[in-house]
Amino acid sequence: MRSNVLQYDLTAPATLEAVLEILAYEPGEYTLIAGGTEIMVALAAGRLAAKKLVSINHLQELRFIAVTPEAITIGSGTTFTDLRKHPVIQSDFPLLKQAASWTGSIANQNRATLGGNIVNASPAADTPPALLACEATLTLVSKRGTRTMPYTDFHLGYKKTALAPDELLHSIHIKRNLNGYIPYTRKVGTRNAQAISKVALAALCLTAEGVVKDIRIGAASLQDRPARLTATEQALLNQPITPATIAAARAALLTETHPIDDIRSTAQYRAHVAANLLEEFLLSL
Amino acid sequence: MTQITLTINGQPRTIEAPPLKRLLDVLREDLHLTGAKEGCGEGECGSCSVLLNGELVNSCLVPILQAEGAHITTIEGIASNEKLHPIQQCFLEQGGAQCGICTPGMILATHHLLEKYPQPNLLQIQEGLAGNLCRCTGYTRIFQAVQQASKTPGTNSVPSPI
Ligand SMILES: Cc1cc2nc3c(=O)[nH]c(=O)nc-3n(C[C@H](O)[C@H](O)[C@H](O)COP(=O)(O)OP(=O)(O)OC[C@H]3O[C@@H](n4cnc5c(N)ncnc54)[C@H](O)[C@@H]3O)c2cc1C
Ligand code: FES
Ligand code: FES
Repeated sequence: MRSNVLQYDLTAPATLEAVLEILAYEPGEYTLIAGGTEIMVALAAGRLAAKKLVSINHLQELRFIAVTPEAITIGSGTTFTDLRKHPVIQSDFPLLKQAASWTGSIANQNRATLGGNIVNASPAADTPPALLACEATLTLVSKRGTRTMPYTDFHLGYKKTALAPDELLHSIHIKRNLNGYIPYTRKVGTRNAQAISKVALAALCLTAEGVVKDIRIGAASLQDRPARLTATEQALLNQPITPATIAAARAALLTETHPIDDIRSTAQYRAHVAANLLEEFLLSL
Repeated sequence: MTQITLTINGQPRTIEAPPLKRLLDVLREDLHLTGAKEGCGEGECGSCSVLLNGELVNSCLVPILQAEGAHITTIEGIASNEKLHPIQQCFLEQGGAQCGICTPGMILATHHLLEKYPQPNLLQIQEGLAGNLCRCTGYTRIFQAVQQASKTPGTNSVPSPI
């Protein structure tokens, strides 16, 4: 049953500084709301535990895409529509552009933010595999200061992240050094539009004379969190793409992934399809 | 309770509401604009679609505080007086509306789509309307209505405040 809105408090401080002040004053007491496409669904389902909310949706300080010749920095408040429209996302980061266009309907993409997708930390979310493959770095801010961390270190367990109670995800930084990498991404869901994935992969591979020189594989719905498939990558590194390599990579993928049975699919289906997706990618190289 | 000022279909309005109250409920209960419908209440069906500062959104997922100062267009603001908007006229002529529950959302989603792609191809129409579910028409007639609307002059206009 839907929750009673009268029981909730929501404020919209005018600046980022004021938001950080509130988070620092009573750490853990306040929950941020950006595009609200997770929070308002939780409210509708009567499972929004947080009673005090702070809106950051209006903060232009968090809604930006800054480009240099070397890198792109994306504010956490950037919507999926903003991402899809951006020329450098389109030219340099096809995995991210594809993930943004998969994330729900157009109405959802107009509101939903990249920061919300990351911090919500669903193992099935669409942008994490792409960000893992791109080796993104996160910038976290609090009243105590600013810190950066590789995105691979952010997800600690099922819906558990490295974000401290007084911290906010400020921005996502990605180097523009992916020239020559071959991208691959595929989401397997019930329908193309706004279906949460049963399983998804996003990968980048650099080859030279048929040999794998670098490979990064991000996966959704194969572990309790969005994850890089490092054992699979190791099985491929410096190997030529042969049937034996593919078999070894499939085996590595099956040992390092731990999919589950849930309402969307079964563990067996997920494991099998993930190995097939990997093979599809390797055969395309 | 928080005081919220916003512009609905060109008219400035001020209301008092709990800040987390859904824009959908403010429209229907406080402002008596019942064109936006509640289907799922969780962002899946699009029957509550409105335009917020020109962007298509699901009003069931917008807390009213986040609409402070915004310009909202609902289906009530699409027709001018007694005259249907060209998109509405095309839905009528092509049989794009049957029971009508999805229709206000479909029309607003179409409006948003045609602003982005004045001459959309079928894939663009399907993507633009993928968040709007219809249980009656089977969609084909809706797509035909959108195609007809894309060839009709005046489709991108929203009437100015009365
Ligand atoms: C119909 C529908 C379809 C969807 N389809 C998909 C899909 O296909 N794929 C997919 O991945 N997701 C999907 N989603 C989920 C959702 O849209 C995304 O996860 C979205 O990116 C969440 O962003 P938001 O800004 O709306 O989050 P919010 O609801 O505002 O916040 C989500 C969480 O992140 C926290 N948060 C937000 N911003 C910050 C920040 N800057 N710093 C710290 N914490 C923050 C909030 O406190 C909250 O816990 C769908 C949702 C709906 C309603
Ligand atoms: S009622 Fe809002 S999307 Fe279904
Ligand atoms: S006309 Fe009945 S749901 Fe679309």
